[in-house]
Amino acid sequence: MKNADIKRLLYTHLLCIFSIILSIFIPSFFLENFSVLETHLMWLCICSVFVTAVNLVLYVVVKPNASSKRSSLSYKVTRFLKCCFYFLMSCFVFHVIFVLYGAPLIELVLETFLFAVILSTFTTVPCLCLLGPNLKAWLRVFSRNGVTSVWENSLQITTISSFLGTWLGAFPIPLDWERPWQVWPISCTLGATFGYVAGLIISPLWIYWNRKQLTYKNN
Amino acid sequence: MQKISVLLFLAWVCFLFYAGIALFTSGFLLTRLELTNHSSCQEPPGPGPLPWRSQGEPGACWMAARFSRVVLVLIDALRFDFAQPQRSHVPGEPSVSLPFLGKLGSLQRILEIQPHHARLYQSKADPPTTTMQRLKALTTGSLPTFIDAGSNFASYAIVEDNLIKQLTSAGRRVVFMGDDTWKDLFPGAFSQAFFFSSFNVRDLHTVDNGIMEHLYPTMDSGEWDVLIAHFLGVDHCGHKHGPHHPEMAKKLSQMDQVIQGIVERLENDTLLVVIGDHGMTKSGDHGGDSELEISAALFLYSPTALFLRAPPEEPEVVPQISLVPTLALLLGLPIPFGNIGEVMAELFSAVEDSQPHSSALAQATALYLNAQQVFRFLHTYSAAAQDLQVEEFHRLNNLFSKASADYLRLLQSPQGAEAALQTVITELQEFLRGVRAMCIESWARFSLVRMAGGAALLAAACFLCLLIAQWATSPGFHLRPLLLIPVAWGLAGVVVCAGLLATTELKLDPVVLGAVAAMGSVLHILWKAWAGWGSKRPLAALLPIPRPVLLLLLIRFAAFFSDSFVVAEARAIRFLLGSLILLLVAQLHWEGKLLPPKLLTIPRFSAPTGPSRHKGTHALGLGVGLLLCIRLAGLFHRCPEETPACHSSPWLSPLASMVGGRAKNLWYGACVGALVALLAAVRLWLRRYGNLKSPEPPVLFVRWGLPLMVLGTAAYWALSSGADEAPPRLRALVTGASVVLPRAVAGLAASGLLLLLWRPVTALAEATMGAPRMRTVLTPFSGPPTSQADLDYVVPQIYRHMQEEIRGRLERTKSQGPLTVAAYQLGSVYSAAMVTALTLLAFPLLLLHAERISLVFLLLFLQSFLLLHLLAAGIPITTSGPFTVPWQAVSAWALMATQTFYSTGHQPVFPTIHWHAAFVGFPEGHGSSTWLPALLVGANTFASHLLFAVGCPLLLLWPFLCESQGSQKRRQPHGNEAEARVGPEEGEEEPLMEMRLRDAPHHFNVALLQLGLKYLFVLGIQILACALAASILRRHLMVWKVFAPKFIFEAMGFIVSSVGLFLGLALVMRVDGAVSSWLQQLVLAQQR
Repeated sequence: MKNADIKRLLYTHLLCIFSIILSIFIPSFFLENFSVLETHLMWLCICSVFVTAVNLVLYVVVKPNASSKRSSLSYKVTRFLKCCFYFLMSCFVFHVIFVLYGAPLIELVLETFLFAVILSTFTTVPCLCLLGPNLKAWLRVFSRNGVTSVWENSLQITTISSFLGTWLGAFPIPLDWERPWQVWPISCTLGATFGYVAGLIISPLWIYWNRKQLTYKNN
Repeated sequence: MQKISVLLFLAWVCFLFYAGIALFTSGFLLTRLELTNHSSCQEPPGPGPLPWRSQGEPGACWMAARFSRVVLVLIDALRFDFAQPQRSHVPGEPSVSLPFLGKLGSLQRILEIQPHHARLYQSKADPPTTTMQRLKALTTGSLPTFIDAGSNFASYAIVEDNLIKQLTSAGRRVVFMGDDTWKDLFPGAFSQAFFFSSFNVRDLHTVDNGIMEHLYPTMDSGEWDVLIAHFLGVDHCGHKHGPHHPEMAKKLSQMDQVIQGIVERLENDTLLVVIGDHGMTKSGDHGGDSELEISAALFLYSPTALFLRAPPEEPEVVPQISLVPTLALLLGLPIPFGNIGEVMAELFSAVEDSQPHSSALAQATALYLNAQQVFRFLHTYSAAAQDLQVEEFHRLNNLFSKASADYLRLLQSPQGAEAALQTVITELQEFLRGVRAMCIESWARFSLVRMAGGAALLAAACFLCLLIAQWATSPGFHLRPLLLIPVAWGLAGVVVCAGLLATTELKLDPVVLGAVAAMGSVLHILWKAWAGWGSKRPLAALLPIPRPVLLLLLIRFAAFFSDSFVVAEARAIRFLLGSLILLLVAQLHWEGKLLPPKLLTIPRFSAPTGPSRHKGTHALGLGVGLLLCIRLAGLFHRCPEETPACHSSPWLSPLASMVGGRAKNLWYGACVGALVALLAAVRLWLRRYGNLKSPEPPVLFVRWGLPLMVLGTAAYWALSSGADEAPPRLRALVTGASVVLPRAVAGLAASGLLLLLWRPVTALAEATMGAPRMRTVLTPFSGPPTSQADLDYVVPQIYRHMQEEIRGRLERTKSQGPLTVAAYQLGSVYSAAMVTALTLLAFPLLLLHAERISLVFLLLFLQSFLLLHLLAAGIPITTSGPFTVPWQAVSAWALMATQTFYSTGHQPVFPTIHWHAAFVGFPEGHGSSTWLPALLVGANTFASHLLFAVGCPLLLLWPFLCESQGSQKRRQPHGNEAEARVGPEEGEEEPLMEMRLRDAPHHFNVALLQLGLKYLFVLGIQILACALAASILRRHLMVWKVFAPKFIFEAMGFIVSSVGLFLGLALVMRVDGAVSSWLQQLVLAQQR
C-alpha cells in the first residue's frame, strides 16, 4: 500500500518537474526573443499556468484522497469558486508579506505580484488540490504530527522547501556582481522554482528512506 | 550565588572582550597624531640664517626656484614594471609578452634620446596602498595611517600642511582634472578644476576621457602654474580585468599618447612628473604591503637638462614621499611642515656651472634644509605624542647636530674639499632615512601577531560565553571558583609578562599587558573545558543553540565578510529580523501553541502546558504587527554612498530645514504626537500593572516629571525648528531657551533615574499591608530573620501570606479596590523599574536626534513590546526554575538593536555621524572641552545599542509578566458583578508573576548571568566577524572604506552595549535588594 503510494508520488512529482522544464523550452518555439531572464514576467505566467494545469490533471487522474461524498454539480462549482478565491487571497497575502519584507511598495508592483502568483502556484495550488478549500486541514498538515498520508507529507516538504528556496533567493540581491538575475524579483522566483523542484525530488526519497518510522494515524 | 559575583563575572567577560578589541585595534588601526602647524616662507626651518644661495633671488623662499611650472600626471596604480623599458631580448630566455610590458614607449624614447633630461625611478609607496592615503602622502610627505588622530571625521579634508596649501598660499594657480577624491581632500584649493566621479570601478573611460578633453586646451591657455591630472583608467582596468588583460595594454597605450602630447607642449621652465600612486597585485587589487602593490613608477622630465650623470643601468629606488620635499624646493616653496621625505639630491646639482664642488654644495644645502625641517617636525611631534621610540630619537638627535655642525663648518670655509661635502651629504641622508625608518616602525605597519592575538582572544571570549551559559544551568554550578582562579591566573600572567618586559627593558604597553592578563585568565577555563570534553560532553551539547537560530547567526556572521552585505546591512538586518519573527510564529504553530486546539481536527497527543496556550492566540497578530513596525521603521533610512541609485529618506533632516510652513507644522504635530503617545503608552502600561498607584517617588516622577520632559522637548523643537523666524526682539530669549530647555530635560531625566535608584520599589506599602489584623506570618521563625538565607526563605512566605490575607479581606468586604492591585504591583516590580528607566533614558537620547526620529523611537518601544509578547508566548512558565532565556529571544533582541541603529538614520561610516548632536543644549559650541561633545555624539550614534542593552533583562522578566493576562482576563467580567464571584477561580492561586523569580534567588541570579552571557555572545560574534573580516580582507579594495569603519563602529557599539547590559542587570539587582529590604521592613513592622 505504502510503497505503491510512494511510487505514484514519485511519478507525479516527475511530471511536475517535467512541466517546469517544458515551460522553459516550449514557449521559445512560439514566441520570439523568449528567455527566462529577459522576458521573465512572461515566463512566470507560463510556468504558473503549466504547473497549475499539471497539478489539476494529476489531481483528477490520481485522486489521492477520493473522499468527497457529495458530487452534485453545484457543490463542485462552489468548491471550484472557493478554490479560486483562496488562490487569489493567497496571492495577495504573499504580496503583502513581500512588501513587509522590504519589497518596493509602489514601483515594480506587477513584478512583485507575479512573484506572489508563482509562489502561490508552488504552494497554494497543491494544497488546494490535495486538501480542498479547508483552512483547518491546512493548519493541521503544517503542524507537528499533523500529516495523515504520504501525500500530505510530501505536500509539507515541497511547500516548506519552496519557501526556503524563495528565502535563500533573496540573498544574492545586495551583492555587486551586476548579473541580470540579481534584479528583484528574479533571484527570488528562481529560488522558489529551485526550491519547489528540490522539494519534489527530495520528498519521495525522504519518505522512502523514512518509511519505517513514518506512521500515519489514519492508515 | 551572590549578585555581586554575577556582576563581577560579567565584568570579567567584558574585560576579555575589551582586551581582545584593544589588542586587535592596536595591530590593525595604526594611529598617528596630525599636527596642524604650517611651514611658511618667512620662517626658516631651523635656527640661524637660511643657507647658501637662498637669499636675494626673486621668488625664492627657502631655496631659489628651479622651475616655475610643473605638470603632474598621476596615473592611478601605475606599477613600476608598467613603465619599465623593455630590455633588449636576452637569448636563451623565453620571450615574455605580457600585455602591460613596454607599452609606455614614449618614456623609453625620451630616456634614450635625452638621458640628462629624464629619469625613471622605482618609487616605493608606504602601506596602506589605497588611493586616498597615497594622495595624502604625496601632498603632505608624511605616512598617513587609517585614523589620523585629530583629523576631522566630518570631511576628508586634509588639515596637515601640504604642497597644495603651500602652492595656493604662494599665489600659484593650481589646475586640477580627474578623480574627485581631490575635491574632498582639498576643498576650494584649485583655481580651476574638472572633477569626475571615481565611484564606478567598472567604468574605465569616463575620467580619462574627461581629462583628455580639458588637458591640452588648459595647457595651451597658459592659465596655470601647476597642472595636476589624475587618471583612473589603469586602476579601474586592474580592478575589473586585472593587469594581464589586453584591455590593460590599450589603456597603457592611451596613457602613452597622453604623455607624448604633454611632452610636446612642455616649455623650458616646466617640469613633468609622471607618477603612479601605488601598484597592483596580480589580480589587480591594492591596499596592502606586498612588493607589487608598493612599487610604483616615477618619471621626471624637463626640456632643460636636469642631471649631471646619465641614468644608471637599473632604475634607482626612492621612497614615494621623496617627491614632496623635492617638488617643494624645486618650485621655491617651503617644505610642508609634517614631511618626513628625503629630497632627491641628484636633482639639485647645478648643471650650468658643472663644477663638482658647487653642485655638491647645492645638494648638501637642499638636504640640510630638508633635515632641518624634519628635525623641527620631529621635535614638535614628540612633544605632542609619545609614540616614538626614545632611544632612537636621541640617536637621531645626535646625528643631526653632528651633521649640521659639519655643514655649517664647511659653509664657513667655502674652499673645503669635495670629499668633506660628500660626508656631510651622507650624514644628512643617514639622519633622514633614520627618521623615516623610525616613523614607519611606529606608524605604518600591520602587526599580524597582534591582530591574530586579538581575534583569538575574541574567539576565546565568545566560546567562554557559550560554555558558561550552558554550564550555568547544571546543578552543581558555582561561580566563585570560576571567578577567583582566572583572576589569579591573569594576575600571574601580568606579573610574568611585566617581569619579562622589565628584564628585556622594553616599553610597558598597557594593551599587551591587558591582553596577557586576559589570555592567562581564560586559559584555565579553556583547559578545564578541554579536559571535560572527551569524557562527558558530546559535541552536539556544546551547541545548545536551536538549529534555525544557529543558521541565522551564521548568516549574520558570514555577512560581515562581504562588502556588499556590510553596505546593505540596513536591508539585510530587516530581512533577517523579519525571518526570525516569522520563524517564531511558525514554530509556535508547529508546536500547536498558536491556535486553540479546537480548530484542529485531530487532538494533540503531547498536550502543551496550560498557561502558554492562551497567550498564543495573539501570536499571529503580534508577528504581523512586528513586521509592519519593522517595515515602517525602514522608511527612515539613510543610503550608503556606495549605492548612488538609492535616495535617503527626507525625514531624517531636522524640521528647521523644511521650507513649507504647513507641512512643517503638520510634521511638528506628528512629532509631538509621538512624544505624547510614548508617554501615554508608558503610563498606560504602568497603570495596567497597577504600579502607577504607588506613592513612591519614582512613580510620582513618572506621573509629573515625564509630562514636563515632553513639554520641554516639544518647546525645544518648536524653538529650534523655527529659530530663524523669531522676531529680533525675542532672539535673545530664543537662544537662551534653546540652551536651557535641553539641559533641563536631561537634568530631569537624570534626577528621575537617581530617584529610581534610591527607591526602586514601586509597590504599595503600608497603606494596605500595615493593617494590624494580620495573623502571625512565620511559623518556623521567631524573631527577625538574621541571615540572607533566612530572608530568602521567609520572604516568599510573606508574599503568599499577603495574598491569602488580601483574598480573605476581599471575601469580607466584597470590594475589589487597590487591594488586589497590590499583588500585581509586587508582581511587576522589576519590569516597572526597567520600563521607567528605559523611558527616562529614551527622552534625552531622543532630544539628540532630529525631530522626526521621535516616530522611530515610538516604533522602537512598540516593536520591542510586541517582540517581548511574541517571545513570551513561546516560553512556558517554569514555576521554580531554572529559568532560561531562549537563544532566539536574545538574537532577536540584538538584531533589533542593529535595525534601530540604521532606522535612526545612522550608517557605520564616519561622514554620516550626526555631528549636530554635539550642539544640542550648547548652540555656541563647547570651547576647548572635547569629552562632552564626544559623549553627546556617541550617545546619539549608539542610542539604540544603549537602550536595547539596558532593556535586556526584560527578556527574562516578560514571560512572568504575561502570566497575569490569562487570569486577569477571566477576572474582568466578574469585576462588574460582584455576586458572581463564586466561581471556579476562587480556589485558584493568584499569579505570582515576577515573584516567582524571587522565590528561587539562586536560579534568578543564574538566569541573569546566563542572559548577560548570551547577549554578550551574540554581540561578540559580530565583533569577532568584523575583526576577522578586516584582517583577512586587509588587501581588499574596500578595507578602509567599509571594513575598517564597520569594525570601529561595531567595537564602539559593543562597548556601549556591554556597559548598558551591565547597568541593566545592576538595576534589576538593585530592585531585588530593595524588595528584600522592603519586605524585611514589613516583617519587622508586623512583629511589633
